[in-house]
Amino acid sequence: MAKKQYQLVSCTINGKAVEQMVDVRASLTDLLRNDFRLTSVKKGCEVGECGACNVLIDGECFNSCLYLAVWAEGKHITTLEGLMGPNGELSDIQQAFMDETAIQCGFCIPGFIMTAVEILNRNRYYTDEELRKLLSGHLCRCTGYENIFKAVKKTMLRRLGRLDDPFLTT
Amino acid sequence: MYDMSALYEAQSVQDAIELRLAHPDAQIIAGGTDVLVQMREGKRAGKALISIQKIDSMRGVSLDEEENLRIGSLTSFTHITNDPLIQRYINVLGEAVDMVGGPQIRNAGTIGGNTCNGVTSADSASTLHAWDALIEITGKNGIRRVPIHDFYLKAGTVDLKVEEGEIQTAILIPKASYDRTFGHYIKYAMRNAMDIATLGTSVNARLSPDKKTFERVRIAFGVAGPVPLRATRAEAFINDKEVTLSNIEAFGKMVLEDINPRDSWRASKAFRQHIAVESAKRCLMESVTLAGGEL
Ligand SMILES: Cc1cc2nc3c(=O)[nH]c(=O)nc-3n(C[C@H](O)[C@H](O)[C@H](O)COP(=O)(O)OP(=O)(O)OC[C@H]3O[C@@H](n4cnc5c(N)ncnc54)[C@H](O)[C@@H]3O)c2cc1C
Ligand code: FES
Ligand code: FES
Repeated sequence: MAKKQYQLVSCTINGKAVEQMVDVRASLTDLLRNDFRLTSVKKGCEVGECGACNVLIDGECFNSCLYLAVWAEGKHITTLEGLMGPNGELSDIQQAFMDETAIQCGFCIPGFIMTAVEILNRNRYYTDEELRKLLSGHLCRCTGYENIFKAVKKTMLRRLGRLDDPFLTT
Repeated sequence: MYDMSALYEAQSVQDAIELRLAHPDAQIIAGGTDVLVQMREGKRAGKALISIQKIDSMRGVSLDEEENLRIGSLTSFTHITNDPLIQRYINVLGEAVDMVGGPQIRNAGTIGGNTCNGVTSADSASTLHAWDALIEITGKNGIRRVPIHDFYLKAGTVDLKVEEGEIQTAILIPKASYDRTFGHYIKYAMRNAMDIATLGTSVNARLSPDKKTFERVRIAFGVAGPVPLRATRAEAFINDKEVTLSNIEAFGKMVLEDINPRDSWRASKAFRQHIAVESAKRCLMESVTLAGGEL
């Protein structure tokens, strides 16, 4: 077998600057789960199909299963754990997922929520069709799609101050 | 863990060329959305990789001194779709790559990877063929440019010479190609997201100043043959003809003389022929509308 190859990676994970020696063969999922115990990052298909491993890298969503850990050098990475407030509070989008009963087994949820964070951070209005397309990189085996969609849409409306939108009472 | 034997990381184009010359068996990895999947499936197990991911000079869209549109090979699909120059000069390319996979794949996947894999179903490929894109290749002897048609040698193989250390560094759309030209792409697939095209059709049109005559129509298909291809007979038929529905109808039928789709589990040859005719017509009608013509 060829000699093992390691590399030092410096990056920011959930707001904290970190350094880690990584095996160059590791995926970003491996790095986040094994070295930092960020187990919201799920191993689903590991071939980019399901979105369970999705995280934010410099504000954009990536399936961490198709991303080499060494590419994290210099990047800002956010996982679901990074959404927590200083006293362990949930963010508005996490609360909305609970309120809408969008969570069943929960396996797909961290990935979905990180995509929702990317969408919501753009602070703009999306039509239903646009929102569905933006959420289409995730599979939910419990098929809670409708409630997941509602949680994202309601959070979008609330953040934009559209508090009298009739959708919020559905 | 991926089953790779070694990883070499290029920090610059020059670096990548040298690494390629030093490790001719290693494979280039850009966004990794093809390579890493193949590695997981065992197809490339045990191979060494040369990563070009960190060469930031290969990202972004610009106009060069000849006003050619220059798209760096590492530009992600999302960045292409959102780019103001793309939206202004070749909006259809932004629309086409916005149909790749899902949002996360579009953040990771690059247009260089989409063309270097030599795959006929690649969502950017038919549009790039229809717009006579030039492929910029950089190797130990400098830069050469190849028309995209010649870049595709056969299914899965493109014109990159490993012994010259070559990599693809950009894709150019010449001014003569995008000037006064409007196009439309139809991806026919079973699902709207996360699906590979059963057939991809990209058409663009330039109309005469009075908008009554087709000055130049170009059409290319993906999955109508082993590599993306132009329907040249249909193009020759429609050029210099009047902008009428009956001409567009005839143009649609003509594409059958140019294409050679196959039977596969995704769709039969007969069905692909049917959607080719229909997509060709619809794409051209939409292109006429975008160009300000009337039908
Ligand atoms: C879930 C999923 C869905 C997908 N859906 C679609 C889809 O709908 N439509 C579609 O077209 N594709 C799709 N793809 C395929 C893939 O995302 C695209 O082909 C993408 O453009 C590949 O780009 P990349 O940068 O990730 O390539 P990589 O995987 O890094 O490389 C692809 C190939 O190109 C070579 N290469 C890359 N860049 C260069 C360069 N600059 N110079 C020389 N060689 C280079 C590599 O050696 C490799 O052979 C999908 C993939 C996944 C995982
Ligand atoms: S585990 Fe990464 S997309 Fe499924
Ligand atoms: S909640 Fe179970 S997979 Fe989505």
